[in-house]
Amino acid sequence: MYTQGLDQADTAAPSPEEEVQLRDAFQARIDAEEKIEPRDWMPEDYRRTLVRQISQHAHSEIVGMLPEGNWLTRAPSLKRKAILLAKVQDEAGHGLYLYSAAETLGTSRQEMLDQLLSGKAKYSSIFNYPTLNWADIGAIGWLVDGAAIMNQIPLCRCSYGPYSRAMVRVCKEESFHQRQGYEIMTVMARGTDEQRQMAQDALNRWWWPSLMMFGPSDGDSAHTAQSMAWKIKRFTNDELRQKFVDVTVPQAHFLGLEIPDPDLALDEETGHWCFGEIDWQEFKQVLSGNGPCNAERLGARRSAHEEGSWVRQALLAHADKQRERSSAHEAA
Amino acid sequence: MQERELPLWEVFIRSRTGLNHRHVGSLHAADAAMAIQNARDLYCRRQEGIGIWVVESAAIHASDPADKDALFDPAEDKIYRHPTFYDVPDGVENI
Repeated sequence: MYTQGLDQADTAAPSPEEEVQLRDAFQARIDAEEKIEPRDWMPEDYRRTLVRQISQHAHSEIVGMLPEGNWLTRAPSLKRKAILLAKVQDEAGHGLYLYSAAETLGTSRQEMLDQLLSGKAKYSSIFNYPTLNWADIGAIGWLVDGAAIMNQIPLCRCSYGPYSRAMVRVCKEESFHQRQGYEIMTVMARGTDEQRQMAQDALNRWWWPSLMMFGPSDGDSAHTAQSMAWKIKRFTNDELRQKFVDVTVPQAHFLGLEIPDPDLALDEETGHWCFGEIDWQEFKQVLSGNGPCNAERLGARRSAHEEGSWVRQALLAHADKQRERSSAHEAA
Repeated sequence: MQERELPLWEVFIRSRTGLNHRHVGSLHAADAAMAIQNARDLYCRRQEGIGIWVVESAAIHASDPADKDALFDPAEDKIYRHPTFYDVPDGVENI
């Protein structure tokens, strides 16, 4: 039951002593791995953190449809087109699951949408890069969805019930996304010289932005410590990034492709792949709105919203009319 | 102008015959027909269901988590409601 989370405003704010007790009891529940549900008491900063994280996540799914949507009409075969269409539909679904989960915390769909369209809300930096050729669709599925899965699997155990349930559903659907991407890369890497070059070029362009998807380095991550204490996050950004590199490098080697990082080297002792420094300046620039496609992505969302306005109004007008007719019919 | 938001609906799916409808999530829709259509697209993309219920969220009444103890504790000490409470003598079968 999701909506009742909205009805929290009328409960009186606890006194400072009560607040301390409530917080202790809350943390004890978290420590005992209990799930927090919408109508349970929660600290305001826990609620705010979740609204920020879940809505950013939802926005990312929605904006994430755009780079791939670019290739729906250009997919090289009917099979690839059907697959890509199914994937893009899933991304829309994932955005909607997540918006619903955020709404249980007392924020409205409209508020979240306004924040996205006004440019106030952030979404994953990765979707501000262009999809220049078909191999990019392979690279996105393999790397971007691969990184997303790495991030999302621990979120299935997040302390907030509705978020964790949404993530279980998302993760179940997501693994086909990564496999279809890797399959595209496999076909291209085993194709003509030109196709192999396209695959390598896509890897070159998507590798570093994919690593940036895990967010700032642990030392610079403002929210990590608190989010880990609340069991919203289970691993730090750097831990997840390392896991991603460790599983992905052998997959690239299997394709005969080269990771575009001269510093990449296997540490024989730890078994981990060491990698070079991420260009954090680029990350900050893209996140703050100055990436290659930020303006285009937001522009596309805004015009979709504005051009759909008459449809939403017509739907409501029709529903109102039907309701009036049926009540008039009952009265007669 | 602030747009009126489409109402929120709760979605329940019957995954196959013989099973109950189960709450799966929520969505926004103008009316019941649109809610069912959207529920099909949102919650049944992989044959998750053979039946859909939608209920306007505002029509659902829920128990208050603060009343949890008052509501549910009374059942805690009534262990005689379970068959394991009773001793069955050795040698008695089919009971």
